[in-house]
Amino acid sequence: MATGIKDKVAILGMGCSRFGERWDVGSEQLINEAFLEALKDAGIERKQIEAAWFGSALDSVNVGNSAIPLATALRLQGIPVTRVENMCATGTEALRGATYAVASGAVDIALAVGVEKLKDTGYGGLPVPGKGTLNDLWMPYCSAPAGFAQLAAGYRAKYGIDRDLFKRALATVSWKSHQNGTKSPKAHLRKAVEMDTILKAPMIAEPLGVFDCCGVSDGAAVAIVTTPEIARALGKHDLVSIKALQLSSSSGRESGMSDWDGASVPNTRMAAAAAYREAGITDPRKQLSQIEVHDCFSVTELVTMEDLGLSDDGQAWKDVLDGVYNADGAIPCQIDGGLKCFGHPIGATGLRMVYEHYLQLLGRAGERQLNKPTLGLSHNLGGVPYNGVAAISIVGLL
Amino acid sequence: MSQHRKGIASYGAWIPRLRMSRAAIADAHAWAMPGLKAQGKGERALCNWDEDAITLAVAAARDCLHGNGRARPASLTLASTTAPFADLLNAAIVASALDLPAATACNDAGGSLRSGLSALAQALESSAEGDALVVAADRRSAKPASVQEFQFGAGAAALQVGSDAAIATYLGRESITNLFVDHFRASGEKHDYFWEERWIRDEGVSRAVPAATRKLLAKLGKAAADVQWFGLAGAPGGSDKLVAKALGIAPERLLPDFAGTVGDCGTAHAPLQLIHALELAKPGDLIIVAAFGQGCEVLAFEMGEGTHKPAMGLAKAIAARIPETAYLKMASFEGEIDLDWGMRAETDVKAALTQHYRSSDQINAFVGGRCTACNTVQFPRLPNCVSCGASDSQTPFSLADQGGQIATWSADWLQFYLAPPLYVGLVQFDVGARLLMEIVEVGSGGLDVGTRLSMQFRVKARDRKRHYSRYFWKAAPVR
Repeated sequence: MATGIKDKVAILGMGCSRFGERWDVGSEQLINEAFLEALKDAGIERKQIEAAWFGSALDSVNVGNSAIPLATALRLQGIPVTRVENMCATGTEALRGATYAVASGAVDIALAVGVEKLKDTGYGGLPVPGKGTLNDLWMPYCSAPAGFAQLAAGYRAKYGIDRDLFKRALATVSWKSHQNGTKSPKAHLRKAVEMDTILKAPMIAEPLGVFDCCGVSDGAAVAIVTTPEIARALGKHDLVSIKALQLSSSSGRESGMSDWDGASVPNTRMAAAAAYREAGITDPRKQLSQIEVHDCFSVTELVTMEDLGLSDDGQAWKDVLDGVYNADGAIPCQIDGGLKCFGHPIGATGLRMVYEHYLQLLGRAGERQLNKPTLGLSHNLGGVPYNGVAAISIVGLL
Repeated sequence: MSQHRKGIASYGAWIPRLRMSRAAIADAHAWAMPGLKAQGKGERALCNWDEDAITLAVAAARDCLHGNGRARPASLTLASTTAPFADLLNAAIVASALDLPAATACNDAGGSLRSGLSALAQALESSAEGDALVVAADRRSAKPASVQEFQFGAGAAALQVGSDAAIATYLGRESITNLFVDHFRASGEKHDYFWEERWIRDEGVSRAVPAATRKLLAKLGKAAADVQWFGLAGAPGGSDKLVAKALGIAPERLLPDFAGTVGDCGTAHAPLQLIHALELAKPGDLIIVAAFGQGCEVLAFEMGEGTHKPAMGLAKAIAARIPETAYLKMASFEGEIDLDWGMRAETDVKAALTQHYRSSDQINAFVGGRCTACNTVQFPRLPNCVSCGASDSQTPFSLADQGGQIATWSADWLQFYLAPPLYVGLVQFDVGARLLMEIVEVGSGGLDVGTRLSMQFRVKARDRKRHYSRYFWKAAPVR
C-alpha cells in the first residue's frame, strides 16, 4: 500500500531569478541566477548534487531539447539529468522528479530546475505549439486565452450570471494580484492597476481583456531537496517539507463527451482530492495558510477556488468580490502577485510558486510576510481547461 | 445513342453567406474612379477566406444529396474555372467530403464558363449505369476597381441526374464552338482580361445564342412561345433580354440573372438559373438555359411531376445573408492586399500527407466513431473509447449531418486568423459527440451557450509556403 510522499522529503534550499523582460540574459544565466541562490541557501557544494530534473516547455524559444542544456549550463558532469515537459505543470514536474528520487532512496540530494525564455519570441503572448500530426489536421489553432475564456462561458451559463457582473469579479481577481505584486521585488509587474483600467482594457479573448491575462516574462526557479534527516545533519533547523505532490491529466473526456459543463476543471478537483489525502488535509479552508494558483487568466483563478474546495460551487465569484482571497482575506491567494505579476515563464512557474511558500513558511517574505503560515498550496494548470494537466504541490513546516 | 439518364432527379445550391455592398466597393475606389459609382447598386456574394470552389461545391452537393433517397451517384464531375488545384483532382476532394465510395468515377471539368452546362449535358447523354452528380462552382476573382469586381459573385449548383428523373426530363442540347475571345485568363494567372462589352454582346452573344436556341427548338418541334423559362449566363448584363427579344421569348419568361443579389457565379451561373426554374416551374413547363463562352451551350428540359426538395435550395440560400461593407476585408479575403498579421502568422501549417491519408475519412468526411461496447459517439476515432475505454471497439459514424449546439465558446482576437475574431468552442452534438471546433458565419447575432449549429466543409488552413489548402469541418449557427 502506497503511503505517499508526505514529510519524506525536505527542501534544502531554493532560488528564484528576477522575473521580467530579461533582455540582458539567456536561459543559462537565468538558471544560474536561481541556482546560485539555491546552492547558497542549501549550504552545500555543487558536487553534492546527485541527480537533476530540468523543466522547460518550449524548446524552440528556450535551450532546445533534452537535459543537456542544464548539464552544460551548470556543468553537472556525469550525473543523471532528465528533462521534463508537461506544459504549464513543467516546473512542478521537475520538483516531482527530484522529490521522488530522494523519497525512493535512489539519491540523497536532488536538484529541480525550471526555466523559460519567453521574450525571445519577438512578440507578446505564447507561441502556438503544434499538437501532433493528427490533431493539427482538425483542431482549431486558438490562443491560450481563448482556451481558458471558455470557462467563463460555461460558468456564466451554469450559474446564470450577468456578463458585466462576472466581468467585475474577474477584474477583481487581477486587481488583487496587482496590489500584491507591488510588494514582490522579483516580480515582473509591480504597479497597482485601477479597476476601471482593467474593465476597459482591449479584448483579447471574449470576455478576457488584456488585464485578465498574466504577464509574459523570462525567469527561472530552483529547488534542492533531500531527506529531513540529511537536512538536519547539514545543520538545518526550520524545515519545510513536501506534504503532497499530485498530478491529474485529462483523458479527453471533457472535450470529447457531453458531461462536462465548462464551469470547473475536473483535473484540478482530482489532483486536489489526491493531494489533500496525501497531505492529510481534511478542511482545506481552515488548514491552508496561503495558496498560489495558476492564474494564467483571471477566470482560471476564480474557477480554481471552487475546484480546490475553498469556495462553494457557484459562489467563487461572490467570494472574490467579497475579498476572501485578498492579502487580508481568509485565504490569501497570490500573495506574491501570482502569474499575473510574475508572468508565466512556463518551466519556472511551478517552482516559483513553491519558492513563495518556502519564503513565507520560513518568515523571509519581507513586507508581504503573512502571519505564521504553516501550509501552502500551489497549483498549475497546463493545456486547456477541457484537455489539460493539473498539478498540486503542498508544502509546510515539518 | 443509348441513354440511361432521362433527366434531373435532385438538385441543390449554395451561395456564400457574406454579401458585399457594391456601394462600399464604389466608395473605396471613388478617389480614383468616381465613375464606378454607377456600379454601386445592390450586393454580391463574397467568399470568406476559407471558402473556395471546392467548399462551395461540397455545400451545394450536400444540399442536393441530403435526404433525396437515391443510391449514391456512380460519378461526380466538378465544373469550375477557379478550382484550387491545377494538378490534384479537385472532384476527389469533393467526393471525399461527401463520403462517396472509392468506386465513384470523379473528374474535373473547366476551361470555360460554359463548362457547368457542358458537364451536365455530358452526364445526361452518357450511357453509364447509375446516377451522375454534376457540381458547378466558382469563386471568381477580379482586379480591384474593375467592373468585374462589382459584377462577380460566387456560388455552386449541384444536379443529380439519373434514369428515373422525376424533377425534370432532359430534352436535348445544342452546342456552338468558335474562337470568340470575349475574355481569358492564362493558367496560373489570377484575373481575367476582358474585351469591350458592346462587342461581346452584339457580335458574340447575340449571334451565337439565338442561333443555337432556334436550332434546338426546331429539333424539339417547339416554338419560342412554348418556352416558359429562359436563362442565359456567361454574357454581359442585359444580353439575356436582347436574346429573348431576338427569339421572340416574352421578357417575363426570363430567369433572374441574380445580378443584384449574388453576382455572376461563373460556371455555376447557368445551372443556378436552371435550379431557380426547377424551384418554380409547373409540370410540363419548357425550360431552356444557355451559357456563353467560345460559342455557347443550350440545354432544354421539361418540368416533371417530382416533388423532392433540397435541404435548403437556392431561394433560401440567397436569402441567408450576412451583410458586409468593409472593402478592405473583401480585398484581404481576395488576396488583393497582404495585411501585416504579425509574427504569429509565421507558424508553419504544413500537413503530414501521410497522416492526412491515414485519417482521410475522419478529416475529409468528418467520420468519427461509435463505440460498440457503450454506444458513445466520438471524434476523433482513437484506439480506445473516450467513455468506456474499450479497445478497437468503434465503428465509423459521420458527424457531417448531425446537429449540435455551443457548449463553451470564446472570440479569440489574439490568435492569427484571416477573419478575426476566431470564434472557437466546444460543440456538443445531439448524438453525444463533442469536440473543439471553429465557428464561422457568426454575424451580428453573436453566440451563446446553446446556440444551434450545423456543419460546413471549409478550408482549415492554407499553407502559404507550399500553396496547399487543406480542409476540415466547421460549425455555423443555424439560420
